[in-house]
This record gives sequence, structure tokens and C-alpha cells, in this order.
Amino acid sequence: MSDLTELTAHNPVEQFLRMDRIPHIWCPGCGIGTSVNSFAHALIDAKIDTKNLAIVSGIGCTGRVAGYVNQDSFHTTHGRAIPFATGLKLANPKLNVVVYSGDGDLFAIGGNHLIHAARRNVDIKVVCINNLIYAMTGGQTAPTTPGDVVTSTNPYGTYDPSFNLPYLVEAAGAVYVARWTAFHVRQLARSMQEMFAKKGFSFIEVLSPCPTLYQRRNKMGDGLDTMKFYKEVSKVRNGALTKDVALTKSGEITVGKFVDRERSDYRDLMHDQLFESLGDDYVETEACSCQ
Amino acid sequence: MHAEAAGVMTGTHFLDGDHACCEGALAAGARFSAGYPITPSTEVVERFASRVPTVGGTFIQMEDELAASIAIQGAVWGGAKAFTVTSGPGFSLMMEHIGLAVMTETPCVFVDVQRGGPSTGLPTLPAQADMMQVRWGSHGDYEVIALCPNSPQECFDLTVTAFNYAEQYRCPVFVMMDEVVGHMTEKVVIPAPEQIEVTPRRYTTIPPGEFLAFHPGEDLVPDMPRTGEGYNVHVTGLTHDERGYPDMTPAMQDKLVRRLVDKIKKNADKIILYEEDQIDGADVVVLSYGITSRVAQRAIDMARKKGLKVGKFRLITAWPFPEKKIAEIAGKVKAFVVAELNLGQMVREVERAVAGKATVRFVGHAGGSVHRPEDILQAILEVAR
Repeated sequence: MSDLTELTAHNPVEQFLRMDRIPHIWCPGCGIGTSVNSFAHALIDAKIDTKNLAIVSGIGCTGRVAGYVNQDSFHTTHGRAIPFATGLKLANPKLNVVVYSGDGDLFAIGGNHLIHAARRNVDIKVVCINNLIYAMTGGQTAPTTPGDVVTSTNPYGTYDPSFNLPYLVEAAGAVYVARWTAFHVRQLARSMQEMFAKKGFSFIEVLSPCPTLYQRRNKMGDGLDTMKFYKEVSKVRNGALTKDVALTKSGEITVGKFVDRERSDYRDLMHDQLFESLGDDYVETEACSCQ
Repeated sequence: MHAEAAGVMTGTHFLDGDHACCEGALAAGARFSAGYPITPSTEVVERFASRVPTVGGTFIQMEDELAASIAIQGAVWGGAKAFTVTSGPGFSLMMEHIGLAVMTETPCVFVDVQRGGPSTGLPTLPAQADMMQVRWGSHGDYEVIALCPNSPQECFDLTVTAFNYAEQYRCPVFVMMDEVVGHMTEKVVIPAPEQIEVTPRRYTTIPPGEFLAFHPGEDLVPDMPRTGEGYNVHVTGLTHDERGYPDMTPAMQDKLVRRLVDKIKKNADKIILYEEDQIDGADVVVLSYGITSRVAQRAIDMARKKGLKVGKFRLITAWPFPEKKIAEIAGKVKAFVVAELNLGQMVREVERAVAGKATVRFVGHAGGSVHRPEDILQAILEVAR
């Protein structure tokens, strides 16, 4: 009997969630919640000190992640989660700063910040939920939407060329780049663990269904159909060249870890340069905190 | 509490306003700044980039002003006192994050070294034409605190004040300089650290679990949690309750936004700073601020030499505006002459406060140079008749 109590008492991920805010706003079949579940499992398995974990989100469906995780969490402005996270991390380097946001937020309005943070190699971890569309605002074309897809702003099909996110992020300087889908929950959790172990700008793209706006308008079925689609067309190719992993409407989804390399992070670069130039006059600080 | 000695360059210096502003920030305890180059403000962060590694802190040059104006807010929640510096076009880009700082009650300082606009306008020449933008430029209802130094010495002093107000009231505070004040070089006396009052961050003493992140104190300002100490605080730009949780109801909107406005309005008497001279018995009061107050002084002296009874009123806080004080003066004088480097901004506030009880004469131009004292004198002579 006591065993049964043990089994039913706790979902191990509950400790990371603000249960008083559940149910969440995400639609049935959406992959954002699935990714948060993988994230929570990664925190458990990697034994992350969650006291020092801070989650920063921008705006949009994925932007709401910050509101559901029971951590220090910052729901900022549209596209600006990364510069907020940059300030947070540089002022308080002991924090483990994770940016959790969507493709439109990170790559359209926030694209400039993303490439510059990757260039600097600021030690922040970025989880990008890519549902290929602007979902919160009703299904408009995003910079990730593949060609020939019906959206509310391209009712006759998209023709804007789209970004290949891993290729862009690698070129900008990220030290860790991986892609999974909402179907690959265990692989995603493992990848997140690896990301936590990296020092520097790390990036995981997670393809997620938007059954309400993307799949429905394009007659691609519901959330379950999308899981079947992901299973069918995904191909694990660790170490694939990122130039080869662009997404199309119905072609192969290349998943796996594409980049895992070492570069000095921003703070180390700053420290080394200032120490070399200033010598003993350089006052190194653990944090910029005030009284 | 007193300033931390490491940041205070005690002594008598010959500095321009931009450099003095930087020293004020360091004295106030600023250990983080994020900036983007823009004339005529860049010298502030150039000095900070040079000084802060020897004091203990970080400067980062961001990719644009949007990034700079939110990186400082991340730094504040990370525990730092932080500021950014800009001018017209950059200030326009920062508007969204003024709203974020208001909504999330993030204590931070913005320095705007004003130049002629609109758009690229006059990059190297002065104006005072962002005075309404600072008050109204972000969307929604809000109140801010804006200070107007008229000398390099005040660029130091009022930057310290700006940080203190930001911490006291947990809101963005603005130092509204202009190109001339920023680039003019004068004597600046920096006191000893123990003579500089610095307002500490209002960190809560309530332990995690019992603490409500946005529950205000009697002064309508909530205390702050420390990040990374188990408070699991949620900070959002959405309308939120006292836990910080989104609550997008008309009732919560009214409760929250009204408090954010009231915490400035109801503390206005404690915030407002001004300088007055010979107001009692004056027929005409010349009202100005920033660099224009230096030129107005010359006009006032010339008018007094002609035997006219002229008072001086200088705004030090443009916002909150000293409307009660202006209304009181309006009942006793014949006219106000309002001089500012724009085509009529703060004069609207003067007219609103005067409410027809006295004549209000505006003297201004679209920027590019300071006033000619003769133009202000001419206005004084006309309204004094």
C-alpha cells in the first residue's frame, strides 16, 4: 500500500513547476510542455543546483515558459530575452542562465541579439522551441516557416526563404548546437544535460507542432499525426554539417548534435584582456552586486 | 549609507559633464553599464569602460540601444546598480524598455544627452526636445523621475541623486542632459565617500516562501528579492498580481498601474527639486532648466539692472513637475517667461499649472545653439510692461 502511495504521490517534475499556475495556456498537441518536461528531467539527471538557475523568456507561446517554472524567472520583452540574460549573467556569473523562447522571438525581432550573444560567446543556454510559425498572434509567417506553407499572412503559401537555425547559430559562434523534435523527449533531455555542462553560448532547437495554426491550416493533422510525421521523417545524424540541415515542409528533419566545440567565453576573454592590460590595477569581481 | 570608497574619485577636477556624470554613477555604486555609441553621450561610457575595471565591475558594448536598455535591467536583477547612456535616436529605441522597467519596478538609470531632432537631426548640437518623450514615450500610463543638470558639477551630483531615487522608488530615473552641458568643462568637486549619501537597494528580509515579490510597503514601493537565493521570483511585463503572476483582468490592471503611478505622484513632494531666487515680490518669473538656465541667468541679471523685479525658477526635476509650486507662484506674479531649447514642451506644463492666473510667454527654438540672452530679455521686457 505504501508503495502505491509512493507511486501516485509525486510527479518528479512538479518541483520545478508552479503548480498553482497549472493548467497552462498551451493547446492540446503543442510540444512546448513536452519540452519543459524534458528540461525538468535534464535538471534532475544533471543534478543542477536550481537555486542558481534563472530562466529568461521573450514573448510568445514559448515565452510563457518563464511563468510556469518554479525558478527565478524573467518574462521580458519581445525578442530581448538574450540581452536581458546577458546582463543577468555578467552581473551575477554564479547564475546558470537559460533563455527559453520561440523561433519568431529569437530569430526575427531578436535575431540581432542572438547572433551577437553567440559571437561574444556569453555563457547562456538557449532553448528555441521552433513551431515554424507565430502562434500566439494567430499563425503568421515566421523567419523559420518553410516554403509553400499556408499562414495567415501568406494565405496563398509562403515564398520568403527561411533560416536554417543551426547553420546560422554555428556561423555566429555557438559552442554547442543540437536539434531534436517534440517526439525525441529522451534525446532532448540528454542534449539539455550536455548543454548544461558546456561553458559558452549553447543552442538547442526543438521542433514542435502547432496543431492549432500550422498543422491545421496545412492539412497536416493533429498533434499525434505530427508525432508520427516526426518519427517517420527524422533522421539522427550527429555531426551533420549544419549547412545540410535546412528544413522543408515535408522532407527529412535532420536531428542530432551538430556542434560541440570549445571557445573561451565572454567573461574569460574580458578577464584575460583586462588582466593583461591592467595587471594589478585590475579589480576582478565575482559579481557586480550592490549592498 | 555612504558611497563605497572604491568608486569615488574624491578631489577637485576639471571635467566635462559627460565625464562628471560617469563619476557620479561610479560614486553612486554603479558597477554595470551597457551602451551603444552615440554622439554626444558616448564619453560617459567611454570613461566607465576605462574606470570600472579598476573599481570592480563590467561594461559591455551592446549591438544596439534596445539591447543596452534591457541588458542593464538583467544586471539589476542580477544584483548590480546599472545604467545606460544615449542621445535622441538611441533614446527613441529605448522606449519599450522604459515601460519594462516601470512595469517590473526595476531600479535603473538612463542618461539622455539631448541633441537636435527629429531623427538624426543635429548629432553634435544641443536641444532640450526629449522632455515630453521621456515622460510619455513608452506606451501605457506611467510616471517617471527626470533630472536636469545645468553644469558638470550637477552632472555628478544629480547622477548620484538619480541612482538614489531609482533605488528608493524602484523605477527608471532619467538624467536629462544636453550637448552643451555634456561637453562643457568646469570645476567639479567630488566629495569624500562618507559625504556622499547612497541609497541601498531595498532588499527584503522576509525569507523565501513567505515573500510576495510585488507587495508594496507604506510608500507604495515593494522590497526586492535577491536572484539566486531561492525566492523563485517571477518578473513579467504582463499585468501581474503581488506574487508576480500574470493576472490580466481590468481590476488587476487598474490596481497595479494606479499603484505604479501613485508611488511617484504621492511621493512627489519628497522627489521634487528646484532652485528659486527672488520670487517674492517679482513681477516676472523666468522658468528654465538645464543649460538654458545658465543663459536665462544672464537675461535676468540684465533685466534687474534695468530695475525690473524678476524672479528665477529653475526646474531640477522636470518630472514629477512641481505643479503645486508653480500654481502658488502664479497667484503672485504678472507673468512667466519660459525658456527651453525646443518649440514648446515644458511650457505646456507651466500653462497647465498656471491655469490662466498669469501670462505665460514662451521663448524657444528648435535647437542647435543655446538661446541669446537678449531674446529672453526681450520677452521679460514685453510681459513686464
